[in-house]
Amino acid sequence: MIHLENVQKTFTLHNQGSAEIPVLSGAGFTVNPGECVALSGASGAGKSTLMRMIYGNYLTQGGRIMIGDVDVVTAEPREILNLRRDTLGYVSQFLRVVPRVPTLDVVAEPLLRVGTPRDVAEARARDLLARLNIPERLWSLSPTTFSGGEQQRVNIARGFAHAFPALLLDEPTASLDAMNRAVVMDLIHEAKARGTAIVGIFHDAEARAAVCDREIDVTAFTPGMN
Amino acid sequence: MSTPLLQVRDLHKFYGDRLGCGDVNFDLYPGEVLGIVGESGSGKSTLLNCLAGHLAPERGQVLFDTRDQGLVDTLTMSEPRRRLLARTDWAFVHQHARDGLRMNVSAGGNVGERLMAVGDRHYGNIRAQAIDWLDRVEITADRVDDRPSAFSGGMQQRLQIARNLVTGPRLVFMDEPTGGLDVSVQARLLDLLRGLVREMGLSAIIVTHDLAVVRLLADRLMVMKSGHVVESGLTDQVLDDPQHAYTQLLVSSVLQV
Repeated sequence: MIHLENVQKTFTLHNQGSAEIPVLSGAGFTVNPGECVALSGASGAGKSTLMRMIYGNYLTQGGRIMIGDVDVVTAEPREILNLRRDTLGYVSQFLRVVPRVPTLDVVAEPLLRVGTPRDVAEARARDLLARLNIPERLWSLSPTTFSGGEQQRVNIARGFAHAFPALLLDEPTASLDAMNRAVVMDLIHEAKARGTAIVGIFHDAEARAAVCDREIDVTAFTPGMN
Repeated sequence: MSTPLLQVRDLHKFYGDRLGCGDVNFDLYPGEVLGIVGESGSGKSTLLNCLAGHLAPERGQVLFDTRDQGLVDTLTMSEPRRRLLARTDWAFVHQHARDGLRMNVSAGGNVGERLMAVGDRHYGNIRAQAIDWLDRVEITADRVDDRPSAFSGGMQQRLQIARNLVTGPRLVFMDEPTGGLDVSVQARLLDLLRGLVREMGLSAIIVTHDLAVVRLLADRLMVMKSGHVVESGLTDQVLDDPQHAYTQLLVSSVLQV
């Protein structure tokens, strides 16, 4: 489902003496449906960079990043938007929302965008928010004023609302208490059982061991670090 | 997939010897929101005004997918036909609401006037639709007979949006729609615009210098400098991994809150 081949990335900082910083070269791996793969390696090895490249958030200079039959490296912006709507989900570490939109709508939105009827989408959103222990009295409020942990859980609920065939998780269990961490791990297991291919970054070793089938050490793709 | 709603080819606009904007090429698809950013004088408003038929470019094509004849170059079509298109299919939201409103006509009249311009004649219908639209932009029915001069800046801007969208346009041009409004009013307006664009399946081109606004509203982004498009792509990609020196400078110059 997710297939990378000889992926290259260099940052060019034009305003800092045109410094060229090679960050990844020759990155390649495959993630099959129902599989969860952890990216590992020291801080600065390029785990988040690689994940952002898979999502099309960072440009890739060479190689191929196939999500299903779409190559993110060469796809038009419009194709990437469709890919993100239908196929490829991303749970980042930070929630970014339009001010004033109620939490329930924030979580239901990915489903509404793929044409799910509103009542079905809202039922799924309610179920996820309840499972992630967001008090019901907060559902009608915008998450912008919530605590860090609550925002993270709203973000996870939103990320898991639509059953994406491919999913990227950036530290999904960071800053969660034991109870909510267990819920997130259940959600990951359920997604795998549905056949979702998952790439994740987990600093939490216990969670990583529990949900991941394999680890890929990004250091192997980091120029100057191996 | 679908045909583009708007195709812009090789567009050039000069002010005497000076370039206003040049070499502009892009496609806009139905339902897409395109942001144009750049500093003052970069040519972004010039471009918007060329696209909307307010300025006549020296060279290039602006092809619009008309309902009856498919793709037609709006730069070479007759003036009456372009004016009709501007009333039925386009909308233009100005930075200063007073440029887009009739200040001595009531709020309801401002909205109703657009309906009459496309042929609606039934007073009851017009008033009911006006009240419905004022409600959608969160202006209460008891203000329908007030003039916009008695409204706050944020309300005037919302009224301008209602006046523009009441006729169900397919393409909306916006020039700094949140400029000059304080941040809480901006947030409300952004939320409103996003909801309307989504619900009505509108395509929009938004010119702004506010990167936070484009991040929330635009699917795609074009960055302009000295009349040229120096970078374009997916909004979050251009903002998070800018490739051109000017875009890198622009993004790194934003103050963190």
